[in-house]
Amino acid sequence: MTAEVLRREPPQAPADASSRGLAERVFRIRESGIVVVLALFIAVTAGLQHRFLSASNIQFVLVNTVIFALLALGETMVVVARHVDLSVGSVLGMSAYLSANLFGSHPGIPLPVVFLVGLGIGLGWGIVNGLLVAAGRVPSLVVTLASLYIIRGIDILIVGGGMVTANTLPSAFTDIPKETVLGIPYVAIVVAVVVAAGAYYLRSFRSGRDLYAIGSNPDAAKLAGIPIGRRVFTAFALSGAIAGVAGVLWAAQYGTVDSTAGTGYELTVVTAVVVGGVAIFGGSGSAVGAALGALLLATINSALYVLGISSFWDQAIAGFLLIFAITLDRVISVRLTEALRIRSSRRAA
Amino acid sequence: MGAGEMADDDAGAPPPPGAIALSLQHAAKSFGAVQALIDGSIELRAGEVHALLGENGAGKSTLVKILAGVHQPDGGTLTVAGREVTLHGPAAARAAGIGVIYQEPTLFPDLTVAENMFIGRQPLRSGRRIDQQAMRAEAAEIFTRLGVPLDPGRIARGLSIADQQVVEIGKALSLDARVIVMDEPTAALSASEVARLFDVVRTLRAQGAAVLFISHRLEEIFEICQRVTVMRDGRHVLTADLEGLTADDLVRAMVGRELERRSRGDQAAPGETVLDVSRLTREGVFIDISLTVRAGEIVALAGLVGSGRSEVARAVFGIDRYDAGAVKVRGKPLRKASPTGAMAAGVGFVPEDRRQQGLVMDMSVQQNVALASLGRLRRAGFIRSSSEHALAADWAARLAIKYGRLTDPVSMLSGGNQQKVVLAKWLSRKPAVLIVDEPTRGIDIATKAEVHHLLLQLARDGVGILMISSELPEVLLVSDRVLVMREGRLAAEFARADATEERIIAAGTGQATEPAAGQASGQAAGQATAERSEP
Amino acid sequence: MQHDPAVKEDAVPTPGLTGPGLSGDRSRPAALRERFPWAFRWETLLALIVVVIAVGGTTASPEFLTSYNLFNLGLSNGEIAIMALPMTLIIISGEIDLSVASTLGMSSCLLGFLWERHWPMVAIFVVIAVVGLAAGAVNGLLVTRLGLPSLAVTIGTLTLYAGVAQILLGPNTVADFPSAYTNLGVNAVPFTDGAVSYSTLIFAVLAVIFGVVLHATGVGRSIFAMGAGSEAALFAGIRVKRVKTVLFMVSGLVCAFAGVLYTFRLSTSVANNGVGLELDVVAIVLVGGVSIFGGKGSVLGVVLGVLAFAGIQNALLLTNFNQEASGIVAGGLLLVSVFLPNTAPLWRWCAARYRARLARAS
Repeated sequence: MTAEVLRREPPQAPADASSRGLAERVFRIRESGIVVVLALFIAVTAGLQHRFLSASNIQFVLVNTVIFALLALGETMVVVARHVDLSVGSVLGMSAYLSANLFGSHPGIPLPVVFLVGLGIGLGWGIVNGLLVAAGRVPSLVVTLASLYIIRGIDILIVGGGMVTANTLPSAFTDIPKETVLGIPYVAIVVAVVVAAGAYYLRSFRSGRDLYAIGSNPDAAKLAGIPIGRRVFTAFALSGAIAGVAGVLWAAQYGTVDSTAGTGYELTVVTAVVVGGVAIFGGSGSAVGAALGALLLATINSALYVLGISSFWDQAIAGFLLIFAITLDRVISVRLTEALRIRSSRRAA
Repeated sequence: MGAGEMADDDAGAPPPPGAIALSLQHAAKSFGAVQALIDGSIELRAGEVHALLGENGAGKSTLVKILAGVHQPDGGTLTVAGREVTLHGPAAARAAGIGVIYQEPTLFPDLTVAENMFIGRQPLRSGRRIDQQAMRAEAAEIFTRLGVPLDPGRIARGLSIADQQVVEIGKALSLDARVIVMDEPTAALSASEVARLFDVVRTLRAQGAAVLFISHRLEEIFEICQRVTVMRDGRHVLTADLEGLTADDLVRAMVGRELERRSRGDQAAPGETVLDVSRLTREGVFIDISLTVRAGEIVALAGLVGSGRSEVARAVFGIDRYDAGAVKVRGKPLRKASPTGAMAAGVGFVPEDRRQQGLVMDMSVQQNVALASLGRLRRAGFIRSSSEHALAADWAARLAIKYGRLTDPVSMLSGGNQQKVVLAKWLSRKPAVLIVDEPTRGIDIATKAEVHHLLLQLARDGVGILMISSELPEVLLVSDRVLVMREGRLAAEFARADATEERIIAAGTGQATEPAAGQASGQAAGQATAERSEP
Repeated sequence: MQHDPAVKEDAVPTPGLTGPGLSGDRSRPAALRERFPWAFRWETLLALIVVVIAVGGTTASPEFLTSYNLFNLGLSNGEIAIMALPMTLIIISGEIDLSVASTLGMSSCLLGFLWERHWPMVAIFVVIAVVGLAAGAVNGLLVTRLGLPSLAVTIGTLTLYAGVAQILLGPNTVADFPSAYTNLGVNAVPFTDGAVSYSTLIFAVLAVIFGVVLHATGVGRSIFAMGAGSEAALFAGIRVKRVKTVLFMVSGLVCAFAGVLYTFRLSTSVANNGVGLELDVVAIVLVGGVSIFGGKGSVLGVVLGVLAFAGIQNALLLTNFNQEASGIVAGGLLLVSVFLPNTAPLWRWCAARYRARLARAS
């Protein structure tokens, strides 16, 4: 008895470009989707209120984005490896205070040194996080949750009841976010370059690809001989260092720094990263997308302000966006896997 | 002893066919009190496909893991390409030129095929940047060599298992593997995928690699392999050319005795129909499945892995959905996709994957036994641990389960005893229908016999049993009727008296003709007269 | 061969050595463990820590164990403690709910919002209950029906609900609640010598209820099973999706009423009520011995965790340690509680070496 075969016999099929095309197309749509949404948003808001596209407003939005874009870069490295760093807000806060405080205790200190101090503080905490996650085998959610607490607590002890006020800071420092090149804030250009470099590193260097592998399938990564501990440690160290630098920038931007600087930033960063297309379980996504996510959130914030909508809608919209983004990603992922599977099984019975 | 590095002069040139590529002599390995391997030996020659046969528990898996560098043997020597090596880990095995293709390939779903192959050692260009083009070109070249048209630029997500295996093979080749170990590679493949895999294996042979082929399917072994090594109870039993051997010879070597066709003895005439499956269909998985099981009957569902048997069982029990058809238990229709409904109707399901699906490994023995009876054990809404204990103790005694204490985590028990716990869980519900999926997989011989005895006893007590099994001796031993599935459809049905291993395998692989008695068991679908050994 | 070395044969091969874990040797230290299993449990260690804190606290300040101080302890930690109970069940089932504090905040703002519009309090309570259930249902459905990871979902709803709280009240505060209600927030329960606040009482009652449900009912068993082996739970006929959705809804409901308590305690309804409390709740639950991976834990442990947490906070307060920096202690406690079990293999290795040396010497 010859039963009908469920799947057809394969013709000698050429290299299956269509499957690759499908997957790549989908991912590019997802990434460019943010750009599209962003463009739409800007267009609509600018249409309703021309002030939105004024030079000063653009500068304002860009500078606000810059700090979160930096944080998003560090967070991307960690999330792509299937971890999370919730301590970035606290690190930023401590770095902001301590670096700004330097001007008071060491007048005339050169600016690069201040940045280095901030970087060092962040790097130190990043190393602690990295050791606990990589060597101590403690889940990163727990480690960074704990360090979020601990760092904030130490910061509070250090700050006491005091604060650093803008007028104690040298104008060279507080002018950093204000300087523009052709109307675009200098810092925005620098950070854009840094983010692009970071994304390039993740895409084109072995250790960067290792992070994606670790997030995509930790067991396979182990079998493949990838030095998981080392890579994860480095990712956390970098995330901390970046947060440290972001803290110095924060101090330059806002001038007045007390013990509440950076509170709650970690949630915004995670939202930006996920909205920007980085999968919460790792394995895919890019730092550029994450930065665009940060830009989108900052743009929405500004748009609400400009349109006279209460800024209290801001958080609700961000939360909604996050849920929408992960739902969308999930639906896409399920459909994509199905489509690819069906194509595969049609190619070869 | 080297650290597993290849000699410089070996690079590139394939060794002459017949040269010994790998030799493992008298390897031993224990895990705690358990001796998994007592005297394992194997010798692989360049340009041959070498079969490794043995029942579950014979030590094959441990031997493979030693070759893969996952375990370090307690004793014995391993020689690769003439040099003695110690493999400290999987990386050392790879460096020694050993590539292992596991049954479940572990790829990175989010990375491209090429990246999967070259992760950690991607070709570089200036400034230590990854050279994507060179990587893809190398991967494409390997696939051309293998004769399989896979696109190196596509991401791995969605690849069929067959394609994933090809990627793994490509990866091994890109590492200049001279020895390729394939662990049950055909278990999840369709007939034409098997044919394609065999073409790849022949290509590997022609290029001078040594292939170690582990499989339970004797007909495949006769088709593609030249020599065979048989293991039993942790020891090497036999190494010989396949030419001149019969399936019975191999089975005898594996089992150590003639396979008896024991009679089932008197059984009561089967009673009313307890399970009635009619025209069950799930798009792309199984089509038009109709079967009945009567009280006191044991119906076996045979067929190759991937033919859809477990999927049918899961759909009947309600874990998976189905698109068309109906299921009735004791005459009453069963709501689909509702395990609770199935359980209430008197259906029990012992799943295929004991560790992930059958048991909660971290919970205690008594909690596992009680897990399907939580509703029954309630007194005024509460469950007392003593009632779980009583239930578990009762059934542990009935099934002769060996345990330390009932409160020990079930992970501490041996495979056979774990399976008994799963059975206890369902039997304590006194089901009318029991579906068992691979009831004796991964179990030692003595417990296997106990399980068979138990199934027969249950049938005598009036339970209707639907048994999915890939072990044909078991099927023939225990069942009243044998249904064979192939690629999602029912291909054949045999009454007890008419069922033979050859006929079942023939139906499972879609052969139109039966080989004459005494010849080696069947030949793969689509092949005309395949010779047992290639020149 | 009686035993089965092939116990791992059907599993996907994993690198590294994992023994088959048969009943191992019965050497003397193990026998000790068998006879007094309760001595080796996390809850016992925690109880010891609580005792140490109590002793230490009393030494540092004689006021530590006065009923007045205990009352304040219970009062200031009441809502967090209450929220920790459904969180315990959720984490044991293998998920997490980070939106608890935002649900509290949203409910607090809803209370103020409706009160300002002169709704009767009873009606407000009903609305809050519905909203709480709905908030939990959103989490539950996204996690079970869409299969989204609960970490990401609840970060989203955390932000969303906090946003709703902001939208409801904006920058305003509502503070004119009648004393009949605010008294519930600040007074002691009669007949308890002024030591027990209403929130403490509610916590105690809920702890008993949740404890019984988790440890003595079929649902509780199924929650452990889901967390420890989600597939096996499914195959045993457990309705995983339904139970998880209910757990999230219960959490939403409980947190909503915690929001009411919180508002009455502070006599104020404002948008940033409760911000950041979710971390305290998670910390308490993990310190209480609940595994972040699911499948393990106890309500008793969480109760002890509450005591430990509150005790430390209070001891710091009485010794004039900066209250706001108490996060250091909470964070440190959290780390230690998760890190310590990871060092168990180290201790076992040392113990094994020691035993081996003893054996060789004899």
